Amino acid sequence: MSVDLNMLKTPGPTITALTKPFWDAAAEGRLKIQHCEDCGKAVFYPRPICPHCWSKRLVWKDASGRGRLKSFSEVHKPGHPGWLPAAPYVVGLVELAEGPTILSFILPGTRPLQVGDMLLLAPTSIGGRVLPAFKPVEPRAEEKPQ
Amino acid sequence: MSGARGSIVGIGELKPQRLTSGVTTLEMIAEVSRLAVLDAGLEPAAIDGLLVGPQVGETPQHVPATIAEYLGLAPTMANVVDLGGASGAGMVWRASAAIEAGMCEAVLCVLANNREEAAPRSPNRNPIREFDVPFGASGANISYALLMQAHMAEYGSTARDFAMIAAAARANAQLNPDAIFFGKPADVEAVLASPMIASPLHLLEIVMPVAGGEAVVVTSAERARSMAKRPVHLLGAGEKVTHRAVSQAPSLTSGPLKSAMARAFAQSGTQAREMDLLSLYDCYTIMVATTIEDAGLCAPGGFGAWLRDHDLSHKGDKPLNTHGGQLGFGQPDLAGGMTHVVEAVRQLRGEAGERQIGKAELALVTGNGATMSEATAIVLGAA
Ligand SMILES: [Zn+2]
Repeated sequence: MSVDLNMLKTPGPTITALTKPFWDAAAEGRLKIQHCEDCGKAVFYPRPICPHCWSKRLVWKDASGRGRLKSFSEVHKPGHPGWLPAAPYVVGLVELAEGPTILSFILPGTRPLQVGDMLLLAPTSIGGRVLPAFKPVEPRAEEKPQ
Repeated sequence: MSGARGSIVGIGELKPQRLTSGVTTLEMIAEVSRLAVLDAGLEPAAIDGLLVGPQVGETPQHVPATIAEYLGLAPTMANVVDLGGASGAGMVWRASAAIEAGMCEAVLCVLANNREEAAPRSPNRNPIREFDVPFGASGANISYALLMQAHMAEYGSTARDFAMIAAAARANAQLNPDAIFFGKPADVEAVLASPMIASPLHLLEIVMPVAGGEAVVVTSAERARSMAKRPVHLLGAGEKVTHRAVSQAPSLTSGPLKSAMARAFAQSGTQAREMDLLSLYDCYTIMVATTIEDAGLCAPGGFGAWLRDHDLSHKGDKPLNTHGGQLGFGQPDLAGGMTHVVEAVRQLRGEAGERQIGKAELALVTGNGATMSEATAIVLGAA
């Protein structure tokens, strides 16, 4: 994958007033998710009510940026033509340390990816916008979450 | 049969085609509906219930009224069933329930789709579109690849285990002249040699989209006794809907079919191992693997060994998708799920011709929609 991801003509998000805090934070290189003040659970993707207890007391907080790879796929034939120049590329399911799972773009590490790998937030410019991508935690690397 | 909750008395099926040109979905619905009602030996006016799929080509809204008008029907119960590949099986129990509720007596359940060269992209505006698509995950292939990778990581299942499912489907399709892959077998090596689409998913582990149509007519078990064809009874049903996007799935290695099948078995007083036919929804190889395990036919993670221990052909000890499954027959969009119902009816009637199974008393039919999200299971029994 040597292509400049930021030059891709890929479809961007369909942002609403409710989801804007997530995308505003993403543009600044942060991962912000909702937390429920009634049941204490973290919520992703953004909603007007907590899907666990239906409370409306949801507040936005920065996530730790740490996660675990639940599954991944190296995409050879993308479903959208805008991704063709980047193929093959990897998408994965990232279980955030806070609990919820997010589907994200996974940057290559130095070793072959494995389910269970620990990941770190790695904000990446894709298709003209900064997205909350992830990268594998390298062995013995002293990396801190952003 | 005392436990019958309703009966399928007519079936119709259109031969799948790769592409159609200048044919509307409504026209195809009319063709396949006529076949099912003729097969039932009913007059069209006897149809007083109508179940249809969502967003039928030409008409996103008012679908039941549009189709009723097109067919010249005036049903006393009409509805859309929107459960993706589970819509077909989902229609069968809803038809029985509507009859039991006294709303109608004979229900036409119909799904069809044309397939033009340049179909427009779907105008989705939902959480998948907002939170998955921007990261490079468009379409179902990637979702099922993620499910497959998770199964391999958790249980050590291999590419060869999954390829056996596609090869068996192709083998069974060689006895169905209507199947899109009739005359085109593919063994395990061919499946593994086919292009990688989204690892670990190979091209031949994915259904071929086709145009086509499927329809069934459902009536009460009492009324079914006086019909032209030997009825096939609905003995039990179960359904479960858990999520839409794969990222929100409660589990990646077990799906909502587990609970749907458990309910269908409990309602019918049957068990998975008693089934004479397994008519299992097979959009991808991983779907069959998970369904075999969720049905309790083997322990979680054990589907590969189970496949090696059994013969899935019509002559085998565990006939599975004798029409070729959708992997061998082709997937006519939402009608794809109904192919599993129609084949089960053929087998339980003893009308499956050269692919007729021996003992044909009980069949399990499963339907699955979205990303292992929407599940319906029904147990059918011969009269
Ligand atoms: Zn809550």
